[in-house]
Amino acid sequence: MTIKFEDLEVGQQIGGLEFLLTRDSLVRYAGASGDFNSIHYRDDVAAAVGLPGVLAHGMLTMGVAVQVAVNWVGDSGRIADYQVRFTKPVVVHPVDGAVLTVTGKIGAIDGESRTVRVDLAAVYNETAVLGKAQAVVRF
Amino acid sequence: MRQTRPVVNPNVQGKQYPATAPYLVGREKIREFAHAVKSVSPVNLDLFAAQAAGYTDLVAPPTFAVVIQERSLATVLADPEAAIDFSRVVHGDQRFSYVRPIVAGDELTSVLTVASVKTLGAHSMVTFETEIFDIDQQLVCTATSTLVVRGDE
Repeated sequence: MTIKFEDLEVGQQIGGLEFLLTRDSLVRYAGASGDFNSIHYRDDVAAAVGLPGVLAHGMLTMGVAVQVAVNWVGDSGRIADYQVRFTKPVVVHPVDGAVLTVTGKIGAIDGESRTVRVDLAAVYNETAVLGKAQAVVRF
Repeated sequence: MRQTRPVVNPNVQGKQYPATAPYLVGREKIREFAHAVKSVSPVNLDLFAAQAAGYTDLVAPPTFAVVIQERSLATVLADPEAAIDFSRVVHGDQRFSYVRPIVAGDELTSVLTVASVKTLGAHSMVTFETEIFDIDQQLVCTATSTLVVRGDE
C-alpha cells in the first residue's frame, strides 16, 4: 500500500499494535542492545533498589512503539526523527509478562519539508508509559 | 541541616568527550536488534527488500543509534570528574535525529557533549548530546539523552 502525502490529514489514525513483552523479550533486548543492567532481568536486584519488579528497558518500549509508525510507512529508513519521554515504568511479570498497546495518529503535516509527525500513545496497565512520543516521517 | 553534595558535578556542563573507536554496523547485528524491538520492517531484515528500496544494505531500526550512544555514555559514566552514580540513574527522555538512516557496513564514531546539568532539589538532570559520524566524517545522527540521577531524599 502506498500512502499519498496529499491525502493525509491531521488527526488521522494510522493504526495500532499490541506487544507482549516477556522476560525473554528483555533478555533478548539486553543482548541486542548491550544494556545489561540487571534490574531488567533479576527480581532480587530490582527489589533491592526499591522497584516494584523487573522493568522493561525504556529503550525497548521506545523501540517497539515506533514500529506502529514504521509499519504504517513500510520503511524504517523514513523515520527522520523520533523522541519520547519515559513517564512510567513497565513492570514485566515473570510468567505473564506485560502487554503494551501502542496507537498512532497524525499530529502535524509539514508540506514544505514533506514530513508528517506521528504521535504515538503507549499504554500498559491502563497507564500511558511514554510522553511526547513523536516520530517524524519523510515523504 | 545536612550538607548535600550534588549527585552530578555541575562543572562538566559543556565538556566534550573524545570520539569513540569506530563501530562497524553488521548485518546480523541489525537483524538481531530488529527482532529484539519486534520489527517486521522488510528493510531491517531482508537484503533484497532493502536494496529494492534504494539502500546499499540492511537499514537499522530507528532506535539502533542507542548502541552507538551507549559507547559514549560508558565513557562519561566512567569519568571520575562527572561522578555519576549509575545505580541512581533513570532514563528521562531520548531523541534521535537522523540526517540519513544507519545501514549495515557503516563505520560509526560518536562524540558526546554534556549539554546541560540541572539540579532539581536532591536530584540532577543531565542532558547528553551524542553526534554520530560515518567514516567520511559526515553527521549521520544526533542522539539526545536526558538522565535523571536520584539524590538522597
